[in-house]
Amino acid sequence: MARKDASPLIFERSIADRFAYSLPPVDVETKDINSLLDDKFIRKTKAELPEISELDLIRHYTELSNKNWGIDTGFYPLGSCTMKYNPKINEKVARIDGFATSHPLQNEKAIQGSLEIVHDLQESLKEITGMDEISLQSAAGAQGEWTALMMIKAYHEANGDHNRTKVIVPDSAHGTNPASATVAGFDTVTVKSNEKGLVDIEDLKRVVGDDTAAIMLTNPNTLGLFEKDILEIRDIVHEAGGKLYYDGANLNAIMSKVRPGDMGFDAVHLNLHKTFTGPHGGGGPGSGPIGVKADLAKFLPKPLIIKEGDTFKLDYDLPQSIGRVKPYFGNFGIYLRAYTYIRTMGPDGLKKVSEDAVLNANYIMRRLEGTYELPFDQHCKHEFVLSGSKQKKQGARTLDVAKRLLDYSFHPPTIYFPLNVEEALMIEPTETESKETLDNFIDAMLNIAKEVEEDLDLVLEAPHNTVIGRLDETQAARKPVLRFEREDIIEEKK
Amino acid sequence: MSHRYLPVTEKDKKEMLEAIGVSDISELFSDIPESVRFESELNIKPAKDEYSLLRELNKIASKNITSTTHSSFLGAGVYDHYIPSVVDSIISRSEFYTAYTPYQPEVSQGELQAIFEFQTLISELTGLPVANSSMYDGPTAFAEGATMAAGTTRKKRIVISESVHPQSLEVVKTYCAGQNIEVVVAPLDGTKTDLTKLDELVNEDTGAVLVQYPNFFGTIEDLEEIERIAHKHKGLFVVNSNPLALSLLTPPGEFGADIVTGDTQVFGIPAQFGGPHCGYFAATKKLMRRMPGRLVGQTTDDEGRRGFVLTLQAREQHIRREKATSNICSNQALNALASSIAMSALGKRGAIEMAEANIQKAHYAKEAFKAAGFKVLGDVNFNEFVVKLNKDVTEINDELYDSGFIGGYDLGLSFDEYRNHMLVAVTELRTKAEIDEFVERLGEYNG
Ligand SMILES: Cc1ncc(COP(=O)(O)O)c(C=O)c1O
Repeated sequence: MARKDASPLIFERSIADRFAYSLPPVDVETKDINSLLDDKFIRKTKAELPEISELDLIRHYTELSNKNWGIDTGFYPLGSCTMKYNPKINEKVARIDGFATSHPLQNEKAIQGSLEIVHDLQESLKEITGMDEISLQSAAGAQGEWTALMMIKAYHEANGDHNRTKVIVPDSAHGTNPASATVAGFDTVTVKSNEKGLVDIEDLKRVVGDDTAAIMLTNPNTLGLFEKDILEIRDIVHEAGGKLYYDGANLNAIMSKVRPGDMGFDAVHLNLHKTFTGPHGGGGPGSGPIGVKADLAKFLPKPLIIKEGDTFKLDYDLPQSIGRVKPYFGNFGIYLRAYTYIRTMGPDGLKKVSEDAVLNANYIMRRLEGTYELPFDQHCKHEFVLSGSKQKKQGARTLDVAKRLLDYSFHPPTIYFPLNVEEALMIEPTETESKETLDNFIDAMLNIAKEVEEDLDLVLEAPHNTVIGRLDETQAARKPVLRFEREDIIEEKK
Repeated sequence: MSHRYLPVTEKDKKEMLEAIGVSDISELFSDIPESVRFESELNIKPAKDEYSLLRELNKIASKNITSTTHSSFLGAGVYDHYIPSVVDSIISRSEFYTAYTPYQPEVSQGELQAIFEFQTLISELTGLPVANSSMYDGPTAFAEGATMAAGTTRKKRIVISESVHPQSLEVVKTYCAGQNIEVVVAPLDGTKTDLTKLDELVNEDTGAVLVQYPNFFGTIEDLEEIERIAHKHKGLFVVNSNPLALSLLTPPGEFGADIVTGDTQVFGIPAQFGGPHCGYFAATKKLMRRMPGRLVGQTTDDEGRRGFVLTLQAREQHIRREKATSNICSNQALNALASSIAMSALGKRGAIEMAEANIQKAHYAKEAFKAAGFKVLGDVNFNEFVVKLNKDVTEINDELYDSGFIGGYDLGLSFDEYRNHMLVAVTELRTKAEIDEFVERLGEYNG
């Protein structure tokens, strides 16, 4: 790729009298709209939607798609995001009319097919996580976190335990963890990581107490390291009366190897749009099912989907439920993809997924250590974090390394996260990448390190081959332009 | 290779293990405490080949009764609308659907520009200057409107009309419970908000007044009057709105709403058993820096080229953590794209034409019900209205399936006073013949 002119906005392509639709005829007797609606409810200035022919519409979006990078375009080692292959059969299944045009508010007999998928997916996820009950309702990981925290809150309150106002979160945790704690009405307490990148047990003992509602852990954590002291952590938190919450966005490393339920976690969320191949869609939709142990089950969101004999039913009889967190039954379209994936892989396949994901990550890590600083020298799981501190001393920040990777036709890793590693580069290759792809990426990373030493400006001025150069984010935030304004309107305002 | 998605061969594995410096893959998992290692086989169904799995899933799907097999008069928040073929064609481009959130703007201009266009379209329809890149769905967007209003005004009490979607009300209650915000429900007067009661309930401590427009019963609420009540004590006015209706109705922004939320399922998104759909969130300029979710802003590159980036991120969880204005991270970007495409295909003229077709056909159906002797509730409606029946609606719906119809929503499931009342939705897709036959069948089953 090379620099390209900015694409016109669809509004700038608009020509009066063009259109790209074909509506069924209005074959009923019609009335003057003014006789059907009170004048004050009739819109006087029309909404300025674009006017464009069908082919020009297609070309507009095709042009935009050509300025976008997806997994199908190339390697996308974005840490914590599990950018694995999105199977095409999944897309086909999601588009089967019987699913795609199923309305959620029908009588049970009309939705048996949809309920069967929901129920069977719940059963599979119970087994994979080792939890007692699953609710699929939450729309994404963050909503799953919040849902489970609301249940933990209800649990403590039902026990008359009203002083459990705090949620413990490691300093390496994803931002949604503390944010979800706030939205659920808790205060956040941070527990430090030790020199090995794991939860500092002494610090945990210091912050835990009779005000602890829960600890939120990702395991493997966001450094890609397995919290090997998990059983000790479990005992410390449980003895203090708190619950263990598992951020399952990182499940890809441990399927069929260890289950959150067996590690002692009381609640978990999964990101079906990561481990279970729901496509990210440029930012969503996701799906964030939660799993809980039996003692939390009575607080699950309503309704539950259960099986009685051969029939699937909705169960609203949950007097202590935290209520509803999402309309209808959640992001069903993503369940279809996750379900299809699980059925495509089977038990052996899922085990191999985790093994290969871990193999690929360790392979890249070992080949890059030394050239880039590896802050925690132990086997990683599905991802690992390097520090660009060495390159920073030579004049190139991690941002520059990331931008230079674009020139080599790789999507950069996650950068500047987790927060407890300086100049972090968080790399997650996933299991669907071949060794040749990994080798090419490794070569690019090694080359860039050399360029930093030998031709610094080349790196600092990167990217060179993308359609657009580095963008001015300060300007965007200082004087926000968040929508298109037509020239004539801008003129009027002056 | 053991599976088509897993390219690592035995030879690769050997070489890689060697490079890592271990002799067996199990060493990479040795830090998992032995006592909790999972040593058995997962008890899930064995892997199935592509063809057989597709067949099986098609068979499961065929157990559903859908708007493809039957003609549907069911809406209640999820509607059977025209979806231009271009929508699926474009969202099937994998450059869009296999991308992550556009963190690297140089290789994400397509998505970023598409979101910027979505923000503009929502702003146009709602009559408010700022719209975000999407929320999970209408009800959670509405709930975030409630909590944001309470947070902004520092008044931990909101008043919400009973005429909103009952599931919206449930979701709003759950979100508010988390933040100790009191939820007061203003009662109905027929199929509309009781404005006298609403006026009485709104006081100095009220952070927001929340209504739906058109409301759950399809009735058009008097936003002019409600705005006055909402702002009387300096609370915010939050309106949840069907964006299709807004191509024809005066937008809430023009009535002085501070926050407008809703779901764009009506534009290009199939029912999909209730999700994924797409929430939207629009607000005044004043509230911009407190908005939940991602915002795309326009800027320039180092050579002055126009480009787009994620902006005002200091509101968001990955920067502000526990002080963020919301915990939302992943949103509904692909569905927002679908809606943008549908809105653009319809365009200025088509969106109005489609909205008008809904009003006309729903009005025709309403008159047909009246002519057949049914009692119909509500006065001014968009594409839904309430019909009183003599029997349980769920039972009648069971019979309607056998005649090829999906009947309307059983209001008795959500409102005690509306047992034996059906909420009928008539979109532009229903033909006169379908409407006539539906009214006739309902007449028969109703006795
Ligand atoms: C570790 C971790 N936790 C939570 C989340 C939040 O998930 P979502 O974006 O689906 O809300 C993510 C992903 O962004 C994550 O990587």
